[in-house]
Amino acid sequence: MIVAIDMGGTNIDGVIVEEGRIIKTIKRPTDRSNLFNTIYFTLKELLENQDKSKITRINLSTTVSTNAIVEDKITPVGMIIQPGPGLPYENLACGRENAFISGYIDHRGNVVEKMDTAEIVAIGDRFVAAGIEACGVVTKFSTRNPQHETMIRDLLGDRFATITLGHTMSGKLNFPRRVYTAYLNSAVHSSFYNFATNIKKSLEEEGVAVPIYILKADGGTMSLEAAQEKPVETILSGPAASFMGIRALLPTDEDAVLLDIGGTTTDIFFLADGVPLFQPLGIKIREYKTLVRAIYSVSMGLGGDSSIDLIDNKIKIGPERKGKPYAYGGPKATPTDAMMVLGLLEAEAGVKARAEEALDVIGKVLNLNTIETATLILDTMGEMIKSKLQGLLEEINSQPVYTIKELLYGKKLEPKLINIIGGPAKILAPILEKKLGLPCNYPSNYLVANAIGAALARPTMEISMHVDTSKKILSVPELELYERVKSSFSLSDAKERALNLIHEHAQKTGMPWDVEAEIIEETSFNMVRGFYSSGKDIRVKAQIRPGLIQELRSDENA
Amino acid sequence: MKMLKAKNKLGLVFFPAFDWRISPSHPEREERLLYTQDQLSEEGIEDIEGIKFYNPSLAEERDIERVHFCVPDVKSRVTESHLISAGGVIKSLEMVMTKQVDKAFALTRPPGHHAQRVVYGDRGFCIINVEAVAIEKIRQKYGKLRVAIVDTDCHHGDGTEDIYWNDKDTLVISFHQDGRTLYPGTGFINEMGGPGGYGYNVNIPLPPGTGEEGFLYVLDNLVMPILEDYKPDLIINSAGQDNHYTDPLTSMNFTAQGYAQLNERLNPDLAVLEGGYSIEGALPYVNLGIILAMAGLDYTKVKEPDYNKEKLRQSRDITDYIKKTTDTVYRQWQMKDDLYIRNIRGRDYIQENKRIYYDTDGIMENQVRRFKVCNKCTGVNTIDSSNDRGRHILAITIPRDACSSCLDEGYRLYKTTSHRYTNVYLQDRVNDQYLIKE
Ligand SMILES: [Zn+2]
Ligand SMILES: [Zn+2]
Repeated sequence: MIVAIDMGGTNIDGVIVEEGRIIKTIKRPTDRSNLFNTIYFTLKELLENQDKSKITRINLSTTVSTNAIVEDKITPVGMIIQPGPGLPYENLACGRENAFISGYIDHRGNVVEKMDTAEIVAIGDRFVAAGIEACGVVTKFSTRNPQHETMIRDLLGDRFATITLGHTMSGKLNFPRRVYTAYLNSAVHSSFYNFATNIKKSLEEEGVAVPIYILKADGGTMSLEAAQEKPVETILSGPAASFMGIRALLPTDEDAVLLDIGGTTTDIFFLADGVPLFQPLGIKIREYKTLVRAIYSVSMGLGGDSSIDLIDNKIKIGPERKGKPYAYGGPKATPTDAMMVLGLLEAEAGVKARAEEALDVIGKVLNLNTIETATLILDTMGEMIKSKLQGLLEEINSQPVYTIKELLYGKKLEPKLINIIGGPAKILAPILEKKLGLPCNYPSNYLVANAIGAALARPTMEISMHVDTSKKILSVPELELYERVKSSFSLSDAKERALNLIHEHAQKTGMPWDVEAEIIEETSFNMVRGFYSSGKDIRVKAQIRPGLIQELRSDENA
Repeated sequence: MKMLKAKNKLGLVFFPAFDWRISPSHPEREERLLYTQDQLSEEGIEDIEGIKFYNPSLAEERDIERVHFCVPDVKSRVTESHLISAGGVIKSLEMVMTKQVDKAFALTRPPGHHAQRVVYGDRGFCIINVEAVAIEKIRQKYGKLRVAIVDTDCHHGDGTEDIYWNDKDTLVISFHQDGRTLYPGTGFINEMGGPGGYGYNVNIPLPPGTGEEGFLYVLDNLVMPILEDYKPDLIINSAGQDNHYTDPLTSMNFTAQGYAQLNERLNPDLAVLEGGYSIEGALPYVNLGIILAMAGLDYTKVKEPDYNKEKLRQSRDITDYIKKTTDTVYRQWQMKDDLYIRNIRGRDYIQENKRIYYDTDGIMENQVRRFKVCNKCTGVNTIDSSNDRGRHILAITIPRDACSSCLDEGYRLYKTTSHRYTNVYLQDRVNDQYLIKE
């Protein structure tokens, strides 16, 4: 039995799934002033009259970290940044206190200029005096050589609640993003830590002592303990929950578009051969571009309650929601009103009359009757989604590639179907089907799709391995692994090692089933110095891709 | 926190062709742009507002035929990698012309500035001239354009010189290590151009050991004044990076800072990577410097690990020598019309003999080139070329601005050629036609 919660900005959804069957769901409003209580009481209500001994895991998608960042309720962070030569760096000052230090490491991981230990000690004192509680330490190319970052951590000692080292955040190269990611990780550390401790304690008091997993933005989960170390990974898990929900309710292994059409927004996702598309580098939160792995998702300001305006005699829907639909006493006509007028949405006579009144005003200007106006509104909505999708697909299919093979023969994303959830899904499906010439599917029951997604999401991870056989060094920054290898180490050795590392890590963190690790990128370059080969530069990325713990039974999603 | 924003909208076609090489230990191998990519990734270039990465498009066979005579034909000389590399420059130039971007930088490989009009094989790692292919394609679409190519590769851009030898709408300026000390052994001051472009080919041979001071002196005192006179519609920088002090093939002392300053002052619409084989010590920093300069961002903090301004300072002898060369070349530019009257006017044809060595493929070629001196147009011209592999071809070019008699003469030559040629080619740039006869 899996118990899952998806906490969104407005609502919190809960679900219990047992052997592919949804046995209980609830929905309550989110109390943004007390997120812990919101989760705690939802869980309590969910578990009422249930056999707690049958619970195997609890999956939570929370907005604890997201809210802390968005509402600026964060720990004061001191950033120590070693920029080395290159771009201007003043703009990286994201902490309450910031120190740009001397020393530098180059792209091969060579220490070109040593760091100054006295400088660090002085910065530590300054931070303490300024009331700094957490630190972020990031040096350029630290993924290639984390020596300076770890030395700085040791020099800072235990005067800070947490110190995030840049190289532990991601193996990808991108110094500014690494700075912001480390900053955010330290900034939300105490909020998430307190939340995690409380939730664990409260559940134990309820007699529930099972593993707790937290949903990540990449559609996977991580253990509560791992999340306490890397709380930044728990940001913006909401879209991932709804994405996983659509996958669970409408499984497919084709290229597909997934849509979650709500009242205010439409979230768009893509599958390539059934596998989720990721953001190339990581997710953006507020003004911060990060290295937090995330599912590719685009939110457009278009939903059932989006307000409708006439601009130059053309219908414009959204991007704002100015209130309820006109029929329910809102200020503006909305697509929901149009659905009522067309009889696609049931409404009492009085309510429907108000919807007609709203559309009449628009129809008069356009010289259309009410029915024609309503049809035009829904058609416009379909057109907007269509053109957005076309633009996104064009962008996705022109992502930079670096080999002749990829450029000439690389996979292009060509959706074969559209899977939709959300209030207007059923009504918009036939419209989109006609507009895009693709079959559109929607589930009969989507109300707690997000919570279902959270419930069925399994753990994920990604590692980036870099091997330099001339220096005889193998590194996996995410696992803080830097080890010696023989100069004969090959690409196939690297792949094998990467898969083993994932399995080892999975076992260590108690992932309770056979994980399917896979290699997602592999390159090996001959390094030639002078006229001779001096070694190999091998790069391998491996992952456990997002997937479902169990399939929903077919009668659950028909 | 403030995000960086580029002053100029910059398009980057970065295509390292990680699956292409000439041979495993050749300088043009898979690894060449690997560390440049690492540096650009780590600096977060792709996240800077106003800078965007694009994929190359693919050049077509006819784009190549507009510029080159590939022997026996395009298919047998040109691989996908060349079509992509040229396509990268085409894409970049198209983005500039349509104002999708303010400037573009094509970091593609293989390079092209040693590829001449006749192509038997690979010269100086080049088979087709990627800039020329792009320029001629754009000209077919946008009509007459005055283009200035400033070649800052350490090697003489002899391919570009050859292609635009007889074209005054394309000013070619190359500064490079003196041909007496480096491949390809050409690029001297007296190489001024054919009758249709006399004086519009400008070479500045520089002594080994030239540093920041020398390069920037030539730029400020020669290149910029010439460009002011010429008033080009487009400035293209053939941005080879082998003048760098760490380059394994050359003997110059240029730096990332120098390249960035040069680029900022030259202010090109398009830069194209050419040579540059110090793949670890130079390219990551030089390319970063050029990108920042083009985007209008602060590049003053870009430095190589072992950068030492004092050590790289050029000697006084070099400074004096460069000043003298600069004066000579500038005087020649100012006197080009007088020199034309003295050397060209009144003659019907100018005939030149040329020997061309294909270092990469080991082929020797002999050319007899005949340029018609026409007072109505640039003039039809021919290349009678034979190589040591038994090929003997005639290549006829009808220029873009050909008068009707030059046009007729070109077709007449094509029809009446004798049987001693193994292949005859006609490039009709007026009608954008290309004909082959075997
Ligand atoms: Zn060169
Ligand atoms: Zn003529």
